[in-house]
Amino acid sequence: MEQIVQEIVAKYNYWVYVILMMIGFYAMIGKRNLVKKLLGMNIFQTAIILFFVSTGVKKGGRIPIVDKYSGLAGTIDPNTIDNPLPHVLMLTAIVVGVSVTGVALAVLQRIYREYGTLEENEILEKVRR
Amino acid sequence: MTSSNLHMYVMASPLVAALIVNLLGRFSRRSIPWLVIGSLVVALGGALAVLAAVIDHGPLRYTVGNWTPPYGIELVVDHLSGMMLVLITLVALIASFSSLKSVEQELPGEEHFFFTLYLILIAGLCGLVMTGDAFNLYVLLEITSITSYGLIAMGRGRAPLSSFNYIIMGSIGACFYLLGVGYMYILTGTLNMADIARILPNLNAPVATATALGFLMVGLWIKMAFFPLHGWLPNAYSHAPTGAGTMAAPLMTKVTVYLMVRIILSMYTPEHIYASAAVKSGIVWAAAVAIICGSILAFGQKDLRRMLTYIIVAEVGYMVGGIFLGNANGLTGAILHIINDALMTLCLFLVVAAIIYRQGTVALVSLQGLFYRMPLTMAAFTIGAFAMIGVPPTCGFFSKWYLILGGVEAGHWEFVIALVVSSLINAVLFFRIIELAYFGALVDGEHHEHAASERHEASFWLLKPLMVTAVLLIVVGLGTGVLIDNLISLVIPAGF
Repeated sequence: MEQIVQEIVAKYNYWVYVILMMIGFYAMIGKRNLVKKLLGMNIFQTAIILFFVSTGVKKGGRIPIVDKYSGLAGTIDPNTIDNPLPHVLMLTAIVVGVSVTGVALAVLQRIYREYGTLEENEILEKVRR
Repeated sequence: MTSSNLHMYVMASPLVAALIVNLLGRFSRRSIPWLVIGSLVVALGGALAVLAAVIDHGPLRYTVGNWTPPYGIELVVDHLSGMMLVLITLVALIASFSSLKSVEQELPGEEHFFFTLYLILIAGLCGLVMTGDAFNLYVLLEITSITSYGLIAMGRGRAPLSSFNYIIMGSIGACFYLLGVGYMYILTGTLNMADIARILPNLNAPVATATALGFLMVGLWIKMAFFPLHGWLPNAYSHAPTGAGTMAAPLMTKVTVYLMVRIILSMYTPEHIYASAAVKSGIVWAAAVAIICGSILAFGQKDLRRMLTYIIVAEVGYMVGGIFLGNANGLTGAILHIINDALMTLCLFLVVAAIIYRQGTVALVSLQGLFYRMPLTMAAFTIGAFAMIGVPPTCGFFSKWYLILGGVEAGHWEFVIALVVSSLINAVLFFRIIELAYFGALVDGEHHEHAASERHEASFWLLKPLMVTAVLLIVVGLGTGVLIDNLISLVIPAGF
C-alpha cells in the first residue's frame, strides 16, 4: 500500500494527466449534447498539453532564458534550467487545438440552423423522420 | 545533402495559389479554374522532377531555415516519399477537373472558399509525405484534417453532423499520436525521425518503446479508419460535396497508411515492430476481420457512394495487414496497393461525380439502364470495378497477388482467405451494379425506353479525367514490374 502511494505521489503529474484525459474521454463518448462533446475534446487536449509541459520541468530548474555569450561559450549547466522545447511544442499544439475548436463551433452553428437543437438524440430523431 | 529546393515548390505552389484563389476568386469566378489547375500542374511537374532526381542521385535531405537537424525541421524525400508526392499531385490534378464542375453546380457562389480549403489540403498532404520530423508530422496531419472537416461540412443536409463526428474522432486520433510523440521525446530527447532511429536501438526500455508505438499506431488507425475505428468515414465521405469526396477519398486514408509505413521504417527498426509475434499476428487477424466486415457492410448499402466508402474501409485492412505480415512480399504489396487503391478509388469516385452531375443521385435503383445513357462513364466504371475485384490486366490484381503471396509465406491463412472472400464479394457487388445498369432498362419495359435510348454523357470536364484514370489503371497494372524494381524494392529494408 505504502509503495503504491509513493508511486502515485512521485509521478503525480502523470496521474493528473491521465485523470483529466479520462474525464475528457468520458465527455466525448458519454455525453449527448454536442457542445459538451466539444468541451470534452478540449479537456482531452489540455491533458496532453499538461503532460508535455510537465516533462520539461527539472528539480531546481530555472527559467530557460540565458545570457547569449555564456550560452555560446557553453558554461551553462543544462541541469539548472528547465527544458523549453516541450513548451514550444505545446504553443503549436494550442494553436492547433484552438483552430479545431473554431471549426467545430462553426460546424455546430450550421447543425443548429439545420435541426434547431444540439442534443444528439433529438437530431438523430429528426434525421430518421 | 543537396542544395536543390525543388520539392519546396511542390508544396508551396498549391499553398500560394490557395491564398490567391481566396482573394481573386471573390471578384472573378473565371480565374479560379486557371489558378487551381495551373498550380497543380506546377506541383505535378515539380514532383516528377524531384522523383527523377531521387532516382538518379538517391534520397535528398533538406533543412528548413538552415537549422541543422536534429534541432531544426528536416524534409526527407526518398524513393517512397518521391513516389507519394507524384501520386498526390497527380490524383489531385485529375480530381480537380471534375471538382471544378461539380462545385460550380452544387455550391454556386462558394467556389473560392471551397478551393482555398482544397488547395491547402493538397499542400498539407505534400508536406506530410516529405517531413522527417515527428512533431511536424502532427501539425501537418492536423492541417489536412482541419481543411477536410471544413470541406465535408460544406455539403448539404447531414453533412455538418458527419463533419462534427469526424472532428471528434479525428481529434482523438491526433491526440493519441501526439501522446506517442511525447513518450518518444521523453525516451530519446529528440523529434527528428532519423535521430530517433539512431538512438532507439541503444535504449533498453522495451515497455516504454512499445507504449509509444502503440499510441502512435492507434492514433493513425483512427485517422485511416481501420475497421473497428472506422465509424466516421462512411458518413463523412458520402455526405461531403461531390468535389471534396473525389479528392479526399482517394488520398486521405492512403497518405495515413503511408505515414504508418514511414514510422515503421524510419523511426523504428523492423526488429522492434515485429518483435512480439502475438501482437503482430493479432494485428493481421484484426486486418482480416476488417476486410471481411468492410466488404459485408458494403454489401448492405443501397447507394453507390456509400458502398464505395465501405470498400475503402475494407481496402485499409488490406494495407495494414500487408504491412504487419512482416515479410518483403507483404510490404511490397501494401505499398503497391497504396498507389493502386488511390487510383481505383479515384476512378470510381469520378464515375460517381459524373452520375451525380447528370441525375443528382447514385442510389442503386437510379442506375437502371445507365449503360445506354452514359456509355463512356459506365465503361470506365467497369474498368474501375475490375481493378477493385482484381482482374489481371488492371493494377488491382498485382498488389493483391503480392499480398496473397506474403500471406502464404507468413502462414497467415486467415488473411489470404479474407482477401479472396473480399474479392468475391467485390465481384458480386460490382456485377450487381453492372447488370442493373446494362439490363435494367430492358426489364423495366416501355416506361423508360424513351429516356434510356437517349445518350446523355456528363460534360467534357468530368468525362476526360475519368478516361485518363481508367487508362492509368491499366498502364500502372502493366508497369507494375518497373514500379517495383525502380522504386518499391529500394524502400524495403535489408533485414526482410
